[in-house]
Amino acid sequence: MITAARSEADKEAGHRRLNRRRVTSLLLVAPLLIFTIVVFLLPIVTILTNAVASPEVSTGLPRTSLALAGWHPADRNLPGGEVFDALAQDLSEKSPERTRAVAAAARRLNYEVGGFRSLLVSTERAVKKSADDAGNWRERLIGMDGRWGDIETWQAIRRAAPAHTPFYILSALDMRQAADGSIGMVPENQRTYVAVLMRTLKVAAVTTLICLALGYPFAALMVKSGRNFAFMLLGAVMLPFWTSLLAKTSSWIVILQEQGPLNKLLIWSGIVSSPLQLIFNATGLYIVMAHMMLPFMVLPLYSTMKGIPSHYMKASSSLGANPARGFFHVYLPMSLPGVGAGALLTFIVSAGYYITPSLVGSPREQMLGYFVAFYAYTSVNWGLASALGLMLLVCVLALYLLAGRTVGVRQIAGLR
Amino acid sequence: MAAEALIEFDKITKSYGRHAVIRGLDLTVCRGEFLTLLGASGSGKTTTLMMLAGFEEPTSGAIRMNGAPIEHLPPHRRGIGVVFQNYALFPHMTVAQNLAYPLRMRGMKRAGVEEEVRRAISMVRLDGMEDRKPAMLSGGQQQRVALARALIFKPELVLMDEPLGALDKNLREHMQFEIRELHRQLGVTVVYVTHDQSEALTMSDRVAVFHAGDIAQIAPPGDIYEKPSDAYVAGFVGENNLLSGSIEASPGNLTAVRLSSGTVVSVACPWSGSGPVTLAVRPEKMGLNQDAEGLANRISARVTELAYLGDQLRMLVDLGGGQIAMVKIAAFDKNRPQVGDTVDIGWNPEDGHLFASD
Ligand SMILES: Nc1ncnc2c1ncn2[C@@H]1O[C@H](COP(=O)(O)OP(=O)(O)OP(=O)(O)O)[C@@H](O)[C@H]1O
Ligand SMILES: [Mg+2]
Repeated sequence: MITAARSEADKEAGHRRLNRRRVTSLLLVAPLLIFTIVVFLLPIVTILTNAVASPEVSTGLPRTSLALAGWHPADRNLPGGEVFDALAQDLSEKSPERTRAVAAAARRLNYEVGGFRSLLVSTERAVKKSADDAGNWRERLIGMDGRWGDIETWQAIRRAAPAHTPFYILSALDMRQAADGSIGMVPENQRTYVAVLMRTLKVAAVTTLICLALGYPFAALMVKSGRNFAFMLLGAVMLPFWTSLLAKTSSWIVILQEQGPLNKLLIWSGIVSSPLQLIFNATGLYIVMAHMMLPFMVLPLYSTMKGIPSHYMKASSSLGANPARGFFHVYLPMSLPGVGAGALLTFIVSAGYYITPSLVGSPREQMLGYFVAFYAYTSVNWGLASALGLMLLVCVLALYLLAGRTVGVRQIAGLR
Repeated sequence: MAAEALIEFDKITKSYGRHAVIRGLDLTVCRGEFLTLLGASGSGKTTTLMMLAGFEEPTSGAIRMNGAPIEHLPPHRRGIGVVFQNYALFPHMTVAQNLAYPLRMRGMKRAGVEEEVRRAISMVRLDGMEDRKPAMLSGGQQQRVALARALIFKPELVLMDEPLGALDKNLREHMQFEIRELHRQLGVTVVYVTHDQSEALTMSDRVAVFHAGDIAQIAPPGDIYEKPSDAYVAGFVGENNLLSGSIEASPGNLTAVRLSSGTVVSVACPWSGSGPVTLAVRPEKMGLNQDAEGLANRISARVTELAYLGDQLRMLVDLGGGQIAMVKIAAFDKNRPQVGDTVDIGWNPEDGHLFASD
């Protein structure tokens, strides 16, 4: 009995000790956890919500949005007079923040139907001028602009009124919701982003392949060579890391331009007779991108290869394999985690690049990141910027999962 | 033992930069023998083995296999099996794939490979583990796979570099037995590296004792132990009392040696030089008190230390003049001495070995 009680008490104390240790370790990782949440999870959540958020119309035209909820566009009838009255009321408010909200709603509605912004702005001006309680806004608004008599106009407002919208994501996929609510592709000549996404993935993939082709032998050489030489090689590959992006890019422009040293060298040595177009096209883009991305490939490769003990290749040759077969059967499979990690890293970073492509590529080489930046900074369309970013994120995640299936995420993370 | 030479090292030297690691090594490995290279750390055993396997090139000298020089042949064309200390099993291949590797590299047909792999697996008693990865095997099992992989392509010669170094004592002894058995069954020539002398003595047909990049003695285990060729071998293999002294007189077969403690003892060993000498007497050959009675060499000594080893008692005695000797006696000896006691130590002249001191 006594011993049983004692062991119960011991167990209790043991649990308490364990709990205390758990709390301590939790406290120790707390800063990292908070940091991760703030700089990593929050932006992603923001992107996700921005891509589907559509608060402008419901805040800019609150009464109209509410009144439109009871309207059934399928009947092919214009909304009732109370909706027109509600719109007039929404537009007649004079406080600056209401005016600003209406402007935001106008910009949002303009994404849905071209020319909506001017329609709303001119109507707002007219409504404010003739502010009275006469009511009967239905006739008056249609009188101001015939478009208020179109069902499509009201359908646009109704589509944009909910707080969430598939609009941005559909746009990012070159799709749109037609007036009747059906989803389809936009006309051929207006499609942009899918092609840009494909181009982005292609540029990233080709850059990754170039980096792999250059980086694999390079990393192998680093592993093979003596300490000093390996250090030099490491410095050479890290140099682009430590140089400003713009400095690097502009030096490449100097080197690769038509009268640049490389072309002069090629002509002087008689390899070509007239200068090659090496910059402001795909060639230039790949040369410069590969240079920038090389460290992302070489470092994981190097660390994986460094961890392959030399006795495996010795064993292979003692078993009768010549160096080439030993490489393919033993070394290459053992270095695959490094290839996976390097390729994934290079691909992800390349896919998000936009300054370099916009500087050294032709307009046809603009990548998705360029459009994200454009919508975020220039046209302040956070919804579309987020949706485009989300598209890239989804592609990269899919790739990550795929790589996890084939090479093993654990191996990539070095947790084998 | 067939005396036909399989491998000949001819005045092999190997230097790394200025540092000579192997100095003029001559070594003959006979067909079918189990030869062990034994030596202290850094004495050049691995280097010798790696030159034989083809991973290192000798700085000078020739290595011949069946009479033909091989020192410039790449490893994959030598057909020598190697068992590495850490096994070097390919981690991304299953046991069966590891075993099939050397056969595939030799272009063997699939059916033949499967047959051979099955045979090899049952040879090392790993049935049912064909599809496991090496990481899922115990140390002893990995060891067996490594052995089977080095033997499966029927090489004339197998090299093993401390293959049992990573195993615990019981498994180690078990694997020693298994390796011996395989050697006996297959008749393959084995060159085995170890720095464990009991392993060397129990397993080998011949032992080559390495010392500073050369072979100090190469002989069957019994001779290495009983008839060491120099003071280094005498001291390195087994426990030995190395007592310094000088030649007093050397009439015929019996040499009188004055130990530095002043005592004169006789050694059944003809001697012609006159410089300082080292006398080696194994501890188990030394008798104590009544066991020393009637032995030709007797010294009275003081016990300085006793160590209990279970079945034995290891005793350090001061022979005078700071000369310490070790004596082993049975632990159950009733009248065993205490520290500080004065005892009589004795041995036969035949049990002493004389070497010139350097
Ligand atoms: N690649 C190398 N470069 C320079 N010195 C080396 C190299 N390999 C071995 N040595 C030196 O050669 C000497 C012999 O080494 P070796 O590995 O043959 O010893 P060993 O007898 O196998 O020792 P151990 O029992 O510790 O394995 C050592 O002094 C070692 O430092
Ligand atoms: Mg060694």
